[in-house]
Amino acid sequence: MELDPRIPAGPIEQRWDNCKFDMKLVNPANKRKYHVIVVGTGLAGGAAAASLAELGYNVKCSCFQDSPRRAHSIAAQGGINAAKNYQNDGDSIYRLFYDTVKGGDFRARESNVYRLAQISVNIIDQAVAQGVPFAREYGGTLANRSFGGAQVSRTFYARGQTGQQLLLGAYQSLERQISLGKVDMHTRTEMLDLIVIDGRARGIVTRNLLTGATEVHIADAVIVGTGGYGNVFYLSTNAKGSNTTAIWRAHKRGALFANPCFTQIHPTCIPVSGDYQSKLTLMSESLRNDGRIWVPKKVGDTRSPQSIPEDERDYYLERAYPSFGNLVPRDVASRAAKRMCDEGRGVGPTGLGVYLDFSESIKRLGKAAVAERYGNLFEMYERIAGENPYEVPMRIYPAIHYTMGGLWVDYQLQSTIPGLFVLGEANFSDHGANRLGASALMQGLADGYFVIPYTIGNYLASTKLEKVSADHPAALAAKTEVTERVKKLLSIKGKRTVDSFHRELGKIIWDYCGMARNEKGLTEAIAKVRALKAEFWTNVNVLGSGEELNQSLEKAGRVADFIELGELMCIDARDRKESCGGHFREEYQTPEGEAQRDDENYAYAAAWEFAGEGKDPVLHKEPLTFEYVHPSQRSYK
Amino acid sequence: MTLNVWRQKSPADAGQMVKYQLDNVSEHMSFLEMLDVLNEQLIGKGEIPISFDHDCREGICGSCGFVINGVAHGPRGGTTVCQLHMREFKSGDELFIEPWRASAFPIIKDLVVNRSAFDRIIQAGGFVSIPTGSAPDGNAIPVPKKESDRAMSAATCIGCGACVAACPNASASLFTSAKISHLGLLPQGQPERYDRAVKMVNQANEEGFGGCTNIGLCEAVCPKHISLENIARMNRDFTVGAWSYREATADGGGA
Repeated sequence: MELDPRIPAGPIEQRWDNCKFDMKLVNPANKRKYHVIVVGTGLAGGAAAASLAELGYNVKCSCFQDSPRRAHSIAAQGGINAAKNYQNDGDSIYRLFYDTVKGGDFRARESNVYRLAQISVNIIDQAVAQGVPFAREYGGTLANRSFGGAQVSRTFYARGQTGQQLLLGAYQSLERQISLGKVDMHTRTEMLDLIVIDGRARGIVTRNLLTGATEVHIADAVIVGTGGYGNVFYLSTNAKGSNTTAIWRAHKRGALFANPCFTQIHPTCIPVSGDYQSKLTLMSESLRNDGRIWVPKKVGDTRSPQSIPEDERDYYLERAYPSFGNLVPRDVASRAAKRMCDEGRGVGPTGLGVYLDFSESIKRLGKAAVAERYGNLFEMYERIAGENPYEVPMRIYPAIHYTMGGLWVDYQLQSTIPGLFVLGEANFSDHGANRLGASALMQGLADGYFVIPYTIGNYLASTKLEKVSADHPAALAAKTEVTERVKKLLSIKGKRTVDSFHRELGKIIWDYCGMARNEKGLTEAIAKVRALKAEFWTNVNVLGSGEELNQSLEKAGRVADFIELGELMCIDARDRKESCGGHFREEYQTPEGEAQRDDENYAYAAAWEFAGEGKDPVLHKEPLTFEYVHPSQRSYK
Repeated sequence: MTLNVWRQKSPADAGQMVKYQLDNVSEHMSFLEMLDVLNEQLIGKGEIPISFDHDCREGICGSCGFVINGVAHGPRGGTTVCQLHMREFKSGDELFIEPWRASAFPIIKDLVVNRSAFDRIIQAGGFVSIPTGSAPDGNAIPVPKKESDRAMSAATCIGCGACVAACPNASASLFTSAKISHLGLLPQGQPERYDRAVKMVNQANEEGFGGCTNIGLCEAVCPKHISLENIARMNRDFTVGAWSYREATADGGGA
């Protein structure tokens, strides 16, 4: 299989314009003859569904939640980047492009990243016009803050709830199209398979989560915006329902899965407190603007933080990375925290934590100013940890937060299955091996509002699609597979709960394919995951029936897919014999302990093909060329 | 602890309270984690686990919510049940857990209710009609910080439905008014401001939510501290919209 990324010709500044001009258009009267399915209603899916309906396409949209407004984009806290340069501090499209390629440790496709930076400015305009209440200065202009991996202030925000406000903007536009009859919305509906006919994506099979009905939906193209797969780790900052099923099913139908081992560990989460823990809670990276991270200099220092004098504290990020200080990128900050804890200098009851201290900012700015910036985050911390961060430093520890890997897509966001488009976190994206803060919202909305409306038109206008009905043999076969699988899960009646399998999987992946990885561990992990899969299919216990709301059954299907994906992640991590971004192989590090890339042998996106049950996946490589940002050892010193 | 949980198999089922005993509850657990532990024990005994809506478990998606001892989202105030921790309770406490009760929120199963009426209220007018691509520069229209902050406070509503559950009239006024205020306070929301208020209020009435009689329980249980002031603003905009209502003219178009 030859991977053609379809990168347009010309200088990078002109590629998207050239591409748009070269694309075929569907005239307004013909748009209403086309049917498009959008799976997922987060920033990417929601924005796409609304924008395509506005253009005149007939859109059918689904989400597993009870309302499109609850997609997990809602939980993003800190902000959204845009190269507006409103602060007059030297920002530009080129600088945002440069920072993102470098921040991604030179494992992203340059042309996509440049387009993302270009579009970033339109996103802010669109969101403001929708009524997104971004933070403002007293004069009425938009405010900005700085974020990790950048030396300019380009992040727009709405208190600590930027994702919520951006998603509500997209959701409201979507609801407007629903009321106009242009979007047929299916809530509490989960995509369980992709229908491929004559090599093209022509529909999906869904399960109605309330009635259990399995349904076939046929369309001219399918768009998947179902988010990332961080829940493979069981404990993550993802919502409990976030899952990989839609993209994993598409993968098994022929879509290549790229860079599955590129996962992001966020440095500022609330540490784990016990075995019953069901998820981890993120504290926005924006806190690193005003909070200082430290651990005691002495190993095993159990004094309370307030009683440790200033000269016995190690502000290790400021010490090791003086030019970026507490604002180094996420992968660097997370690994540094792990090093401190490995040295025995971690804090809190488990020793797996570092302090994030606001006492100096409170002295400098006053409690009111700090509360205005971070009030809701402090409140959330207090509720969960039972400590008041205005008085006691927060304790934080890294946790899985985002997955850079996902289905491989070309420049037009089309997967290796023609007619299947993948947006947002679900694709392998523009973030390379590490995503910079405030870039996920940017990418989801760029894909949904400003890329897919063009590229899907090009696909539809240049493709001759035969009429297909819901009783096409391929559709019926996919439907039967889905019903059989549900029956199988209900019939095992083993001894273990779905959650117990999920926890065990999460622990394997976290221990062997988490913040640090090595060949031996990954080989062990692959064997363990395979054994877990075998046990799952013979010993899981799912009660109830398939014809009702059955949350255990929903989880069981998702965990089954996570197990298979977990294996692929370990295979990918073992195959990539270098360290880059969030992928840290202990065998490949610089003398200072930083990630050591191998550009000669690994400057490619690893796209895996499903070869059949029980067979090894097949690796395809998309070589990455860097014409503009020349790969260098990333330095934030 | 003793837990009395509302169990109802289906919308048609009558439903009843069922008593469960749960030991060794850690104070650091969230309320939902406590229910997870109970559910794991139930599955172990071959009993169907309790269904409840939940997703982000960070208090922002608005999925979760039920009534604990008569109070929507439980005793702490200013929180959703996913962020309510067991340290708020004492060993030996007896708790009564029920779904939101309102005829506009029919029960689906156990603690899960159908809140799609909220989506339809938004469909009626809770948006700014601005198709993708037609926006002016973000800084083209300055917005006074005070107004913007007030709009943001209203916009933080998570659509959980606690306001409806707490209200003796099962009124959706706090929810509806939060959106009307959010958009009505911003310059971007002005063109549709009064029409929006009329359409959304009418839709809420059609869904079967009750009227507001200024009791204020909605504000008291709201996890996001949405203010009653929004309801006053909604009533004002509704009045203006209703009094000045005119049919749209059809003769405006060109050749």
